[in-house]
Amino acid sequence: MAMSSKKKSKIEVAFIYLFILVMFIIIGYPLFWALMMSVNPGSNMLVTELFPSNPTLEHYKWLFTSPNSNYLLWYKNSLYIAVVNSVGSVIITSLIAYAFSRYKFIGRKYGLYMFLLLQMFPALMGMVALYILLNTIGLTDSLYGLMLIYLGGQIPFNAWLVKGYFDTIPKELDEAAKIDGAGHLKNFWTIMLPLAKPILAVVALFNFMAPFMDFLLPRIVLTSPSNFTLALGLYNFINDQFSTNFTRFAAGSILIAVPIALVFLLLQRYLISGLTSGATKG
Amino acid sequence: MANNQSKKTSRNIATLLSIVIPGLGQVYNRRFLKGILLLIVTISFLVTTWDYIDIGIWGLFTLGTIPREHHSIQLLIQGLIALIVLLFGIGIYVYNIMDARKDAISRENGNPNPTLLKGISSFYNNGFPYFMILPGLLMLLFVVVLPLLFMVGLAFTDYNQYNSPPRNLLNWVGFDNFAALASVNMWKDTFLSVFTWTIVWTVVATTLQIVLGLFLALLVNDKRVKFKRTIRTVLILPWAVPAFVSILIFSALFNPTFGAINRDLLSQFEIMIPWLSDPFWAKVALIMIQTWLGFPFVFALFTGVLQSVPQDMYEAADVDGGTRMQKFRHITWPHLLFATAPLLIMQYAGNFNNFNIIYLFNEGDPAVRGQNAGGTDILISWVYKLTFVTNNYNMAAAITIIMGLIISVFAFFQFRKTASFKEEGRY
Repeated sequence: MAMSSKKKSKIEVAFIYLFILVMFIIIGYPLFWALMMSVNPGSNMLVTELFPSNPTLEHYKWLFTSPNSNYLLWYKNSLYIAVVNSVGSVIITSLIAYAFSRYKFIGRKYGLYMFLLLQMFPALMGMVALYILLNTIGLTDSLYGLMLIYLGGQIPFNAWLVKGYFDTIPKELDEAAKIDGAGHLKNFWTIMLPLAKPILAVVALFNFMAPFMDFLLPRIVLTSPSNFTLALGLYNFINDQFSTNFTRFAAGSILIAVPIALVFLLLQRYLISGLTSGATKG
Repeated sequence: MANNQSKKTSRNIATLLSIVIPGLGQVYNRRFLKGILLLIVTISFLVTTWDYIDIGIWGLFTLGTIPREHHSIQLLIQGLIALIVLLFGIGIYVYNIMDARKDAISRENGNPNPTLLKGISSFYNNGFPYFMILPGLLMLLFVVVLPLLFMVGLAFTDYNQYNSPPRNLLNWVGFDNFAALASVNMWKDTFLSVFTWTIVWTVVATTLQIVLGLFLALLVNDKRVKFKRTIRTVLILPWAVPAFVSILIFSALFNPTFGAINRDLLSQFEIMIPWLSDPFWAKVALIMIQTWLGFPFVFALFTGVLQSVPQDMYEAADVDGGTRMQKFRHITWPHLLFATAPLLIMQYAGNFNNFNIIYLFNEGDPAVRGQNAGGTDILISWVYKLTFVTNNYNMAAAITIIMGLIISVFAFFQFRKTASFKEEGRY
């Protein structure tokens, strides 16, 4: 009896490992394929090989050195938007979350409901309107227009998230500080912000990565190649003649996917805990 | 008694005076500085915004009367902004009335007027949350709320490629656009097929990613499995790689002529599948790709929660001779669902609006005869096409409103779930 249950357990474990192995292959294959494409010479996809007989770094070189390449410019644009978006959204959302978490004021309850509802509506549901609006105020094809949309659009979700976290910080702390004569802003600055660092880091990270990953809004807002973000620029590598530039696209993608994936894997534990605490503690 | 009567009148006089001229009630209360400030605010508000609001509201109703001279779209936008500004104005006005009444009541009760410094500090204290919210609120109004309102407006106009300002004036057409969706054949057919595919897509793709994520989380959480950290890191990889990169890679992998799936894998079995040109296979490919993209988030989420399930519950179940299935159904699953339900609902809502994958994989194609949407278009990518390709702004807006209604159903469940968390008070 004991033997058979032990044996059964072994078979089970074997199956678990087998399943995980299959998953590894399914996950790894596309990524590995893209990596291999990026070191294939030439641009004709029909003659590419999974293991090229003469691997080359020509596509990587092209991205950085060719006068026709805007790659560095796109990198700079994305980075610029990402930094502004990251810093700006931390400031705006922490202010809002502080008010919603610690003060009673008219419209507080409905404001919270509005955030919950609006976070379901992605910014692109208003894309018809956004496009026409930006057109009328002359902010199309401008990085500032894009930043403005990102900054405004992230508020409902992140304010909710940060407010949930602030709620878990004991009220006694800031009440004690108030008795000691700390003003509203000082309280916010010296007590709430330091204690909320983990969730603020999550917000900063999310909003730093969003411009690197987003494709639709830049596509609507930006038109001239010198203003493109990475996602948009890379898409245009393969947009016109798909097969001719895929190798170049693969090289450009790997250079952006690797740093983002690394940051992500390092910080994913905090992301998860931030998400679950914010969503359930609401 | 008479004294009491005069007390009551004083608060009514203050209220009435503030209704007639903002600030006057405050002056009556002998709060001169506040009264004068309110008066100045009121006058400057009226002087600066009167024309704008006047034209805006007129434009909102008429959408202009002279073609080429009046731009209906600009009038519509001005009208909506005028409404928002007007609401702010009314807010200040109502505050002024309530403030006058409050001060009068406080005077009736014999409280002395606060000193200037005290007044300012109480204004700062009471107003503080509003100051904190104001910058974000303004951005939210103009970036999120205004576009949504504008879009709702568009859905009731006749704005399309052939009827567009400044050459033509727009008109309010009531529910004509919605009626067209239900009665004009081309719209009706397209809407029905896109709508049903959107629902199937949302349900199947999201459920698959949740099931796979759950299954893997349970497997890896098994005590007998080693190298947990490494396994978890690899399993999360698809989430870490930017989605647009993976989708474009898949789009190339599935390409029937040079893609590796047909060329390297299926050719071993002498099968060629038209992944991009046949709607059915394109849909199958999309669902598989979304499962690949989406399961790591659920996996990571469940893994985090699984570690917080109290072990003694399982031990108690073991003593009672509970089977593995029973333990899962009565301990693990309720616990997981309790902690993650709102996020899971968000997953469904997210896929409902998952424009990126549909557009980047195949731009919603292949084309379908007799429809103005592609075979894999979901509602949001159809709206994109209607807006930016065929400029059917009015229909795009009408469809967006229908999408908004469906999203509100998700939001409703979200509210209920979140509310239940509050009552439970467990997390």
